[in-house]
Amino acid sequence: MRNCRFREDSVTLPIVEAPRPSLDPPGIDPAVTADWLTAFLRDELVVRRNIPRAVVGLSGGVDSALTAFLCARALGPKNVYAIRMPYATSSAASLADAQLVVDALGIECRTVEITAAVDGYLQYEPDAGGRRRGNVMARVRMVVLFDQSAKCDALPIGTGNKTERMLGYFTWHADDTPPVNPIGDLFKTQVWALARYLGVPQALVDKAPTADLEAGQTDEGDLGITYARADAIIAQLLLGYSDAQLVARGFAPDEVALIRKRVEGTHWKRHLPTTALLTSTAINEFYLRPVDF
Amino acid sequence: MRVAIVQTKPAKGRYEENLRAAVEAFAQLRDRKPDLVVFPEGAFTGYFLEGAVYDLALPAERFAKDLTAAWHEACGDAEADIVSGFFENDDGTYYNSALYLNVHGRTCRIVHVHHKMFLPTYGVFDEERFLSRGRKLGVFDTRFAKTALLVCEDVWHTIVPTIAAIKGARLIVVPSASPGRGIDGDGELSSVTRWRDILRVIAAEHGIFIIYAGLTGFEGGKGMSGSSSVIDPGGKVLVEAPQDEACIVTADIDLREIDMARAGLPLLGDLDAALPDLLLDEELPLPRGFRDAADR
Repeated sequence: MRNCRFREDSVTLPIVEAPRPSLDPPGIDPAVTADWLTAFLRDELVVRRNIPRAVVGLSGGVDSALTAFLCARALGPKNVYAIRMPYATSSAASLADAQLVVDALGIECRTVEITAAVDGYLQYEPDAGGRRRGNVMARVRMVVLFDQSAKCDALPIGTGNKTERMLGYFTWHADDTPPVNPIGDLFKTQVWALARYLGVPQALVDKAPTADLEAGQTDEGDLGITYARADAIIAQLLLGYSDAQLVARGFAPDEVALIRKRVEGTHWKRHLPTTALLTSTAINEFYLRPVDF
Repeated sequence: MRVAIVQTKPAKGRYEENLRAAVEAFAQLRDRKPDLVVFPEGAFTGYFLEGAVYDLALPAERFAKDLTAAWHEACGDAEADIVSGFFENDDGTYYNSALYLNVHGRTCRIVHVHHKMFLPTYGVFDEERFLSRGRKLGVFDTRFAKTALLVCEDVWHTIVPTIAAIKGARLIVVPSASPGRGIDGDGELSSVTRWRDILRVIAAEHGIFIIYAGLTGFEGGKGMSGSSSVIDPGGKVLVEAPQDEACIVTADIDLREIDMARAGLPLLGDLDAALPDLLLDEELPLPRGFRDAADR
């Protein structure tokens, strides 16, 4: 009798569905990440190199702001030197935003105009277009950053995030040159999350990221895709999903193709220069020693 | 039985300096009189060595001698068993090894050397490019209990601790070096969660104690995730170290709890009974002749 009653009462079973694959960028536990990166910076600078001071080039963007916050957390604000390196056409807002970071952390800051150095060369190259000019500026900033690090007996800290590294959206042997980078395995959307957690000034987290080479320029405009969508696609591409699988999961085919093309076309930017192998003791091919040995 | 785990943050490649650090750790333990002191994988050299492993690998006898001298300097004539990971040069064959040593003052006895069987060679790992695989899973007697040494990935294949338990191991000691990763977890790195899950399941399934010694410190951006722990035969974590600090973890364990756990949950006995049927399954890729031998 009980079975009969059960049948009468249970006409419809609830259906428990697995969620659809996420189209969101990968999440982050900001507390865990902040602690891990703080430990990383202490270990790299204090324990391994015995250089407990850092130089960070502050652009006014969120990547360098977050890097400065992490360095201040790891080394103490007194051991972090910020360098602002504006060019003549850099926006005043960028300088002001960098100042917000300096004020929030109470770190020392110096402004080094790069206009004379950049124009000192470019005067002989009047036909150089925006890309070449931007690369020259980035490389002059690298020269300043390294020289300031020698002057201050401090280590230059890299500020490139994983999204721009994967997309090759940076100047080779410029933005990627500092020997230590705490945020290079964080996607841009994760940089924003960690920056919010650590109290980076809101204006820097909210504003549209820009290389600040021309008025009105934005990263997302240059790349042709939002960071949120780019990060979601890159993250799944890195896990091994094919373009067809990504489209089946709900990503737009043109965006998947755009990301794939940028990633596949920039492997060289994520490596040291290619060296001809001639012997069985070729450096980094046969002669293998870890970077911290 | 009093256990101490020395969760080290070694100076990369500086063996003598790390031995000095061990003397200091032993001295800290002197008054606690540990029965067993455990060091992680790569405890005296660091883990990611690439080609430098050939410069740093030692014969087991030499490593045993050095550990004994360090112990004697700190603790005099006291007796202790010591387990540590090390890179071994066995007459020109190189292994990622773990040593079980009985030390009594100046004298020592190598109780067992385990060669790591599963050499991770994927992603960030490159062990088999430089090292040879171990071929034997040993279970051996100590002053305290039948014991097995498993190094890092050895434990991730749960059949390995399962076989160790079937062969009689009541205590499994795991020197390890695990680069922490996974930042989308809930309050900790997801690799730390994964490790704890694996160890707890193994301990509870077979009713064994597990002593896990994790290396800590960063090596070229890769942070070893520490989290050394002692897990009881019910799968309970008795103590767990932080992820990124060098420290000493201690625990007093009662080996009789193994029998109590197995009485309450006799899974190992059940497995003993069913194992022949499982292994004689003709669909299993077993070595040629295995079933013929079983038939005889």
